[in-house]
Amino acid sequence: MTVTSSGPSSPATQTVDGVTMSVDGVDVTVPKGTLVIRAAEQLGVAVPRFCDHPLLEPVAACRMCLVEIEGQPKPQPACAVTVAEGMKVKTQVTSDVALKAQQGVMEFLLINHPLDCPICDKGGECPLQNQAMANGRGESRFDGVKRTFPKPINVSAQILLDRERCVSCARCTRFAEQIAGDAFISLQERGAKQQVNISSDQPFDSYFSGNTVQICPVGALTSAKYRFRARPFDLISTPTVCEHCASGCGLRTDVRRSAVLRRQAWDVPEVNEEWNCDKGRFAFGYQVEGRLEHPLVRDDEGNLVTASWPEAISIAADGLRAAGAGAAVLTGGRLTLEDSYAYAKFARAVLGTDDIDFRARPASAEETAFLAALVAGRPVGPTYSDLESAPVVVLAGLDAEDESPMVFLRLRKGARTRGVRVFSVAPFASSGVSKVQGCVLPAVPGDEAAVLDALADEASAHGDAAEAARLLCEPGAIVLVGERLAQSPGALSAAARLAAATGARLGWVPRRAGERGALDAGALTGLLPGGRPLGSDAARAQAAEVWGVDVAALPAEPGRDLESVVAALHDDAAAVAAADDPSAVERAVRALVVAGVEASDLADPAGFLAALEAAPFVVSLEQRHSDVTQRAHVVLPVAAVAERFGTFVDWEGRPREFSQVFPAAHSLSDARVLSMIATQLGSTAFAPDVATQREELAAFGSWDGERAEAPSVAGAEPVAVGHGEAVLATWRQLLDHGLLQEGDPFLGATARTAVARLSPSTADSLGVADGADVTVSTDVGSLTLPLVVTAMPDGVVWLPANSDGSTPRASLGAGHGDVVRISGGAA
Amino acid sequence: MSDERRFFRGFGVSFTQMFKKVTTEQYPEEKVPTQPRYHGRHQLNRHPDGLEKCIGCELCAWACPADAIFVEGAPNTEEERFSPGERYGRVYQINYLRCIFCGLCIEACPTRALTMTNEYELADSTRAALIFEKQDLLGPLLPGMVPAPHQMVPGTTETDYYLGKVTGAVAAQSAEAEARKLGTWTGPQADEEVTA
Repeated sequence: MTVTSSGPSSPATQTVDGVTMSVDGVDVTVPKGTLVIRAAEQLGVAVPRFCDHPLLEPVAACRMCLVEIEGQPKPQPACAVTVAEGMKVKTQVTSDVALKAQQGVMEFLLINHPLDCPICDKGGECPLQNQAMANGRGESRFDGVKRTFPKPINVSAQILLDRERCVSCARCTRFAEQIAGDAFISLQERGAKQQVNISSDQPFDSYFSGNTVQICPVGALTSAKYRFRARPFDLISTPTVCEHCASGCGLRTDVRRSAVLRRQAWDVPEVNEEWNCDKGRFAFGYQVEGRLEHPLVRDDEGNLVTASWPEAISIAADGLRAAGAGAAVLTGGRLTLEDSYAYAKFARAVLGTDDIDFRARPASAEETAFLAALVAGRPVGPTYSDLESAPVVVLAGLDAEDESPMVFLRLRKGARTRGVRVFSVAPFASSGVSKVQGCVLPAVPGDEAAVLDALADEASAHGDAAEAARLLCEPGAIVLVGERLAQSPGALSAAARLAAATGARLGWVPRRAGERGALDAGALTGLLPGGRPLGSDAARAQAAEVWGVDVAALPAEPGRDLESVVAALHDDAAAVAAADDPSAVERAVRALVVAGVEASDLADPAGFLAALEAAPFVVSLEQRHSDVTQRAHVVLPVAAVAERFGTFVDWEGRPREFSQVFPAAHSLSDARVLSMIATQLGSTAFAPDVATQREELAAFGSWDGERAEAPSVAGAEPVAVGHGEAVLATWRQLLDHGLLQEGDPFLGATARTAVARLSPSTADSLGVADGADVTVSTDVGSLTLPLVVTAMPDGVVWLPANSDGSTPRASLGAGHGDVVRISGGAA
Repeated sequence: MSDERRFFRGFGVSFTQMFKKVTTEQYPEEKVPTQPRYHGRHQLNRHPDGLEKCIGCELCAWACPADAIFVEGAPNTEEERFSPGERYGRVYQINYLRCIFCGLCIEACPTRALTMTNEYELADSTRAALIFEKQDLLGPLLPGMVPAPHQMVPGTTETDYYLGKVTGAVAAQSAEAEARKLGTWTGPQADEEVTA
């Protein structure tokens, strides 16, 4: 787009299919199809508006942006008229007609708008207030009684609606329909009674409902979380990045007196545009509740007691020194790039071990190989904008709406505006698939590898798979794999084969914010920063140089992942029990450093906790009290995301740096704490600050040397299920019992109700009707949930993985792909 | 003017002053009333039934040029109501080490909740003592008022309070305040029995 100065535009400044028109007598050349209101913005003329939003389709509902267009008999809405060659527009700046029209509209809007600005959450940042001052008349001629409604009403547990404040701009309803695809709110009634409302049987439980609060140009929509908590002028705003998933949304965090009160979506066009999900917006209470405030150590009786920092650091260092290379490092998904890098460096350069794993979830050796070969240290891409313009996106083991909401929104945008075809390799069409007009390639859990392999060969595929196979060969095609594929043997190998065979680009979309960063930082066994293989001499030499250590001190053999570390701890415990002289047993794992690992996320929670108890020495770096801190020998509190600087790497591989929102007392980053331990252990070059860590990561740079081969694990044979048995399909919903959602009851109340899903014929074989109870059980326990009959493969039962009333991992001891028993009725 | 005339004129000023009324005030032994509009300590006013007028809107804090006022709003609930309507001021502090008594906060207040008294004796020996909390600023309970929290006068709306239709506490409100004082208040349901 080109902005010209006044006067006729010169050929040099004309774009290919530009349209030259004038606003207030100033010529401007803009691309064809531009709205008049945007052309005016280019010249710095702000036409007042309420309903207009650059990411929503024009509707011209509020009539506030009326301008005079030469040749038109009446003022026209600038937000809905596209520019034409030679068009002469006069806004309120130069036209009395436009000014009078706008003032008249404003007077109408204010007739029924209540004078409750003092208690309205929008007061102080309200477009209606601002534009009434700028473009309205000082006095109203209306002296009747204002229309009132009983106030406020809950359109969901989180979102409150004050209908009398509404100016019927339809931003919220258009957002719900066009962007989120959850058309749960609509304009009802007509004339003065026109109001936004929900249908009586369906609350506004959208994952994206918080966006409507942010784009509401008046205070009609407010959130229960922030209502009456502060006024805009109280708040100090800092741009930050969301820690809840790997989407990497830019946020604005608003703080008053060292307390986060509100988070809003920030405008980052290349990532989240102007949207975010409700989890990112409302789930920040965990940063306050249940926090560890002081270091804890074991006293003589084995109780955890408060200790000073020097004492705790010294005990931690002594324990780790004794363990030496027998220590293992287990980190979780909450860590920033810099923290993960610090753990990677601490394990290799200080402890001398390669037993490090960032995956606090079910994982596999196949996934380790897949990540090392195809993801770690790779440049950015595929990106969000690639998703928007791809001919086809195949989602394998990924429910975008639940696991990476911004991926879902981009897919939906692409599907709506550019016809992006979406195929999902999953047991059934979840709402996230239907809303992107996607097509399911049905896959029984464990059978994903076969479905993906079928896509590689267009000739032998049939039906939807043939269509997908054909589109995958077109340039720009994308395959996205989710964390669930790690639980399906051979599936990641098949995805890698599919990408290689068709030329489609491969994207790995983890569920947690820190996983891609941890991978790039080398917090995974066999990997050094930047995707360097540990086995490579060149890579080790480079690491030794950056870290200032002797290359011989670095481990040369790949270590163990979380599962092997836990298994080794159990073996050690068994060996100690069996031996006559326990001190003679050579312990393989002598100490653990655990950070951000929650036992219930793992494949075997009880086994992990037992391993912690069996471990001779456990150091826990944690924000909040947890099952791990209770079993640790030294607990070191670390900073929450608002209290620190850092970087999350989103699923694209794009680094998303963020800054501290407010400094908190007693709050140090993981890397800072590790540097204190490292110093105590005699290491001299362990930087505590983010800037030095970023410099070191930059010194590593990208790696173009040798890499491990992509895995080629064979898919498992299909599981045979008998009558009354089914294969469990399960993944986490966006809003569930996740730890980072604690302390936010209004948000929790908008979560989806847990249900069990079965195919019609499986339901028939059990004699269970839609809506009736169905019981899923194993030898460990059972769960009873209402049934929703769904089009899906027979012999498969789907449950949400961590929702209210449905926690298959804890209650059944079963995960995705395991065989469970199903029966009708309650247990 | 000659030097002599200047000399005697100077003494003349002192001489005539000896016969004028002195303006020295014998404070603190004798206190002289201030002008009625003197800007003294603030007061948070109440509605005639004792509910607070403050709605926690923070416009006073916004208007304050000295950043002396700190307010935090909160929603009224059926169990605990401090003001008519939805919102009340949960925290209200004025820091008299900062206040310059300009009165802009009074002009900003949309509900006439904040006014200024004529009290000017604001001195103390600690900083903390000069940060006045809500209980220090709330006006006295006049006849007919019972202390918040308590329900609104049954059958009235927020608007009725501003139209002056509420003139004093009714029996139900007094009973609730009394029950709260004794610690026997069990919620709005119990209150219906009291009124019945």
